[in-house]
Amino acid sequence: MLNLGPQHPATHGVLRVKVEMDGEFVMKAEPIIGYIHRMHEKMGENRTWTQFLPNTSRMDYLSSMTYTHAFVGAVEKAAKIEVTERAEYIRVITSELNRIASHLVGWGAWIMDLGGLTPILYAFDDREKILDLLESVAGNRLTYCYYRFGGVCKDIDADFIQGCLDFVPYMRERLKLYKALVTDNIILRKRLEGIGPISAEICRKYGACGPVIRGSGINYDVRKNEPYSIYNQFDFDIPVYQECDSMARYLVRMDEIEQSLRIVEQACAKIPEGPILGKVPRVLKLPVGDTCFATECARGRFLVRITSDGKENPYRVRLRTPCFTNLSLFEETSQGMMIADALAFMASLDLVIPDIDR
Amino acid sequence: MIARTLEFLSTEPYRSLLYLVGICAFVALNAAYLVWVERKGAGWFQRRPGPTESGPWGLLQPPADGLKLLSKQMMAPPGADKILYWAAPLMVMAPPLMCLAVIPFGDTVLARNIDVSLLIVFAFGSINVMALMLGSWASRNKFSIISSARVVSQNVAYEIPMLLVAITMLMVTGTMNLSEIIGQQAGGFWNWNILRGIWDFSGGGWGHIGGNILAPVTFLIFYTCMLAETNRAPFDMAEAESELVAGAFTEYGGMGYGDFYMAEYANIVVGCSVATLLFLGGWQCPIGTVPASWGIIGTLLGVGFFMVKLYALVFTVVWIRWTFPRTQFYGLLNLSWKILIPISLFTLLLTSVLIKLPRLFH
Repeated sequence: MLNLGPQHPATHGVLRVKVEMDGEFVMKAEPIIGYIHRMHEKMGENRTWTQFLPNTSRMDYLSSMTYTHAFVGAVEKAAKIEVTERAEYIRVITSELNRIASHLVGWGAWIMDLGGLTPILYAFDDREKILDLLESVAGNRLTYCYYRFGGVCKDIDADFIQGCLDFVPYMRERLKLYKALVTDNIILRKRLEGIGPISAEICRKYGACGPVIRGSGINYDVRKNEPYSIYNQFDFDIPVYQECDSMARYLVRMDEIEQSLRIVEQACAKIPEGPILGKVPRVLKLPVGDTCFATECARGRFLVRITSDGKENPYRVRLRTPCFTNLSLFEETSQGMMIADALAFMASLDLVIPDIDR
Repeated sequence: MIARTLEFLSTEPYRSLLYLVGICAFVALNAAYLVWVERKGAGWFQRRPGPTESGPWGLLQPPADGLKLLSKQMMAPPGADKILYWAAPLMVMAPPLMCLAVIPFGDTVLARNIDVSLLIVFAFGSINVMALMLGSWASRNKFSIISSARVVSQNVAYEIPMLLVAITMLMVTGTMNLSEIIGQQAGGFWNWNILRGIWDFSGGGWGHIGGNILAPVTFLIFYTCMLAETNRAPFDMAEAESELVAGAFTEYGGMGYGDFYMAEYANIVVGCSVATLLFLGGWQCPIGTVPASWGIIGTLLGVGFFMVKLYALVFTVVWIRWTFPRTQFYGLLNLSWKILIPISLFTLLLTSVLIKLPRLFH
């Protein structure tokens, strides 16, 4: 019996895994969550719609743009607020940049879990460029609260567009470097290929999402399958791999960076002029009823379901986070793995612990 | 005056004392400053400055680290086997101190010229692994116990190809005396053991073949085993910080941990010195020979050549650590049992055949 965590270098946060072991083999690994539970759903019930907005960026702090997008989208859908076209473009650009930044951190931390300590600093170097860009428009670097009901809070300027256009070719070059340095490394391939197979069956059983299922051959991406915002206007592919192992999930993430770059490139090319904020009532009261809105965040499908009883505060905010469902398949899949493989497999799920606990 | 002092110092009790102090200083300095090299090197590979605060280029970082570790309370975890727990950090320093007694730094810079010096190096060389095993076992921590088991199987797996390679080199050189082994490699880099086997330039023809035509491969095997024996990435199974927190060292704090940390570098120096002596010609000049008439200057030059080769190998160790991810444990064992041992057995056979064959025809 071994207690991994709540403070363990490989859990990247306060996740505790109770592992029953036989030698180095994992017999049963039971994740114990809740160490960083902050009652976000309950908090939603006793503050107004607007006041809850910053909370949404505190769950998956690495891809907070897409998280705010889901909440903002749900409220806009319920209140029938029109979003201006320019704002939609800005949202897509910032969301995709945020996705790249998130994948870079996930990638670096993953390699670090495998014992390669250098790539994470390269990844942070690139991420720094994205954070600088996003900071210039959103004002902060990690937990953005940039989206507003009906648009975004600050317009982007020509410098930002130029910065994005400069970043795209730079990042493509870096991806080539990463392929040469890390992806093609024999040790890394041995550590990832065939490790932690998750069949499509298990993914369905536990409701997994995001790159995890796309590495298991399920072609599902919210941006394509239930298009929101203006994603249907862009030409991009959803990388899907059939191998089901950690390497497939790794390649999905690397390809997604490439696809996000394509989206950013296209969006920067055809962003229209115009207002950035639609017409929003001064006091926001939503009609009675349920509304759901899902976005594809870096780790999978984030769904917000808001229930309104017509008052200023939400009656209920339900947040369905991808890391929680992705973690839930860990117990079944990690059986019989060696401890090092099990941790590498956990890293391949790319978990963000505050996102699990909310 | 100087000559007389030197003569006086080279008489027996003083000479031994001098070497004792010298070896201790060499080990301590290497252990401390290789940490600095590692950190600066890591900074270089990761495109960041590394330590800069204490002293110029962070050169005072090792003393600062040492002071910090010394000022910490040393305590054994409850339930630990106190004797073994404290014996381990002492034992782990034994191999570098013992082995350096027989390692020649220059043609006359050598504490003890023993005929079985290579044997001594290999006899004491793996005590550090035993210290790791005992320390992790005694510290009563689950992560450490996993690490303890790993250390044992890793050591068994890598000792075998390493010794097979050493035997191959013994057959080529025909002596266990390290000074003689180096003496054979004089004349230039083409005479070093790593290349000598391929073609004997001085004698000419296949009749004088050095014996081991796979010497570069043997060198690689030796180097890989050395990495595994000293618990360096990508084979740092005992530490494996992302799986076992700090593995064997999880329960060590203060100078107890500092000692393990320093011993790691001291052992790397020993391993790399042996690699240099066996394959890269030790203190021999890469091109030509330093004339004997140069006296002490020639000796110092030889020490310089030895150091350059040694630190090139040490730097490669650092380089490898900051480039590759860690191997999986069974991958590590597979590498040894399925690849390194068969290859080293094959080179051993090939070498013995190549040495015997010409004699049959003569």
